[in-house]
Amino acid sequence: MALSKQEIAQRIAQELQDKWYVNLGIGIPTLVANYIPKNIDVVFQSENGMLGMGPFPIEGEEDADLINAGKQTVTILKGGSLFDSAMSFAMIRGQHVQLTVLGAMEVSQNGDIANWKIPGKMVKGMGGAMDLVASAENIIVAMMHTDKSGASKLLKRCSLPLTGVNCVKKVVTNLAYLEIKNNAFYLIERAPGVSVEEIIAATEGTLIVEGEIPEMKF
Amino acid sequence: MINKVVNNAQDALLGVENGMTFMLGGFGLCGIPENCISELVRLGVSNLTCISNNAGVDDFGLGLLLKKHQIKKMISSYVGENEEFERQMLSGEMDVELIPQGTLAERCRATGAGIPAFFTPAGYGTEVAEGKETREFNGKMYVLEHAFNPEFAFVKAWKGDTAGNLIFKGTARNFNPMMAMAGKITVAEVEELVEAGELDPNQIHTPGIFVQRIFQGKDYEKRIEQRTVTPKS
Repeated sequence: MALSKQEIAQRIAQELQDKWYVNLGIGIPTLVANYIPKNIDVVFQSENGMLGMGPFPIEGEEDADLINAGKQTVTILKGGSLFDSAMSFAMIRGQHVQLTVLGAMEVSQNGDIANWKIPGKMVKGMGGAMDLVASAENIIVAMMHTDKSGASKLLKRCSLPLTGVNCVKKVVTNLAYLEIKNNAFYLIERAPGVSVEEIIAATEGTLIVEGEIPEMKF
Repeated sequence: MINKVVNNAQDALLGVENGMTFMLGGFGLCGIPENCISELVRLGVSNLTCISNNAGVDDFGLGLLLKKHQIKKMISSYVGENEEFERQMLSGEMDVELIPQGTLAERCRATGAGIPAFFTPAGYGTEVAEGKETREFNGKMYVLEHAFNPEFAFVKAWKGDTAGNLIFKGTARNFNPMMAMAGKITVAEVEELVEAGELDPNQIHTPGIFVQRIFQGKDYEKRIEQRTVTPKS
């Protein structure tokens, strides 16, 4: 069975390490916060100016002055802090944030990512994504393996305008967990019940399959 | 202490003209200068270049200026919440420059800090870097980005005093402090205006030197774009 969005987030959460500061993008990445392993401490950074982002407020306690980068009402945890956008991106570009998780429309086998524009159709802007991918040492992309028409989103080369080059190291999709190195996707794990053949068929870019590929564990 | 207080938005926007370049603080609808935007709509000034992280929603924030076709060019990082914006952009009625959010913040900061340009890694290898100088530092590539030159900056703070000192609340701070530094004339509207001396100097976010005009705002809507809650258990 291919993973649900929640399960993709759950698998990514296993990559979190103790004492990491983490920036989660909009969509599937936001869900990662629901699955933090119990024995570790991580702090979520929201690029609109908050460290220590907490869960959604209790109904009736929403504060228009406390939102996340997706413009959702949130709370701030004890020990959290607030700051302006220049300082926020100083944290990001200055590599004080250990992990960035973001969504993508396309990823290529050399680690390029496209997620901000479909020429002539959709132009929403890059927000903070270009700053994040240009600077983060650890970038995990969370996305579906194929688009709605079934076309692969893991490509030899991205066809859409790029967000960043040579930056993505790991990709977790509904089918697989892959690493990017040596100009190829390396298949590390497969979703429970998904065959290597299915993953090969859904991957347009060069896919390296070495030995037995284990199933993800939850 | 120099007194920066003006009576209202009307007085605060004295000198605003067609064709000018403005900075407007806020992230989404959080921390936007609501009173100044209303006054810009009332004045009907047009051919404006607006520098703001987002473009409001269809019926609020900068969306109000868009609807009346007052904006000639928008400089933003993310504009996904506004259908009229997307329509004007795709049809070519309005010019749009989309830039990375951190670059936008730093360009605002640089403007007020006497830094004409700086190198950033954001956007290298993408269309954002097209036509711009790039340079390698320590084995990594960077893009040269320039400061802005706005006539006015409009910012919104939680509290302010008669000397122009500002304190922001929550994530409503966002771009407001850097934009306050950047305006030739910076107008600050505040939810609560107090006498100089009433704010703790240790807690000031934006020192009054950056603010030319300050006024007590009114009728704040402070709309929430995405109301997300945890149900009461």
